[in-house]
Amino acid sequence: MRLLRRRLKFDTSSERFEAGFGADFEASLQRSVPVVNTSLPEKEEPQKGDELALLRAGDPAASSNFVRDHISWMLAVARRILRDAGHAEDAVQNAFASIFAGLKNFEGRAALKTWMHRIVVNEALAIFRKNRPQKDESIDELLPVFDDNGCRIEAPWASFETPESLLQKSQTTDRVAELIEKLPDSYRVVLVLRDIEEMATSEVAEALGLSETNVKVRLHRARAALKKLLEPLIRGQEL
Amino acid sequence: MTASKKTIKRRIHGVMFKLPLMITCNEFEDFILAYLEDELSSRERAIFKMHLSVCRECREYLKAYEASMELTKATMTSEETALPESVPEDLVAAVLAARKG
Ligand SMILES: [Zn+2]
Repeated sequence: MRLLRRRLKFDTSSERFEAGFGADFEASLQRSVPVVNTSLPEKEEPQKGDELALLRAGDPAASSNFVRDHISWMLAVARRILRDAGHAEDAVQNAFASIFAGLKNFEGRAALKTWMHRIVVNEALAIFRKNRPQKDESIDELLPVFDDNGCRIEAPWASFETPESLLQKSQTTDRVAELIEKLPDSYRVVLVLRDIEEMATSEVAEALGLSETNVKVRLHRARAALKKLLEPLIRGQEL
Repeated sequence: MTASKKTIKRRIHGVMFKLPLMITCNEFEDFILAYLEDELSSRERAIFKMHLSVCRECREYLKAYEASMELTKATMTSEETALPESVPEDLVAAVLAARKG
């Protein structure tokens, strides 16, 4: 009991709180936080006016160049949302149909690519909604574990590979993509839209017909589950 | 550390987390998203940080949680995943045919 009291006093003192590991830990938080809120990295200048004019007029060469310039990244976006390659191709075809139809009204105020990104995301989500499983698959076995006192059960982290060091290994990208696939669809899609496609919570809620609270709960669970799945990599036990 | 020592340590935490301005790891878990979105009040933020300062488990958990987010974002938007090796000619042809028709 004496030991217990000493620990409590030690651990809760504000001195330890201020001086203990404050600086280091703060710095590590500061470094990693911007991941959440960075804006779309791929924003571009709007295409030049004459190219747009040719496209609107249906010029075959301009259309072909336009499709070939954009189809690869659009397919990548659709594939992140839809696991099925055929569905992803359907989404891209539908997206181009919407884009060609919408070009005459496109005012060039938003970057062209940003506008196209929204369209391909929306087309992919339309297909996702149609094929969404009726019942949510369980994510429980990937969520953090607590004991009866509400204390976290987490194996000590003896070694910790930083994202930077993991990114130097050529297999990392494929392995991460594989592990994301293991998330149940209804959670994976929220994580992809928020953390990879960088949509706002309100946009994701609207697109999926969920409340914002529900989007946040799913996002947190999806991140927690993915952390569990990526753990062998981050602990340096794999690759 | 042996299993029984771990249990004792958690029991101590269990008592400690009931003190004023203290939260359990389970309650901490529910704060994480709002913390990362910068949506906590200054009082909540102080309580969150207080827990972090006394809880090795949550400190390491949060660090791994953030590393996992960073790794996911970096790999999924990197050039090699964002762009398949070559332009899918079949699909280009289908899109252009639909455009004409
Ligand atoms: Zn904790």
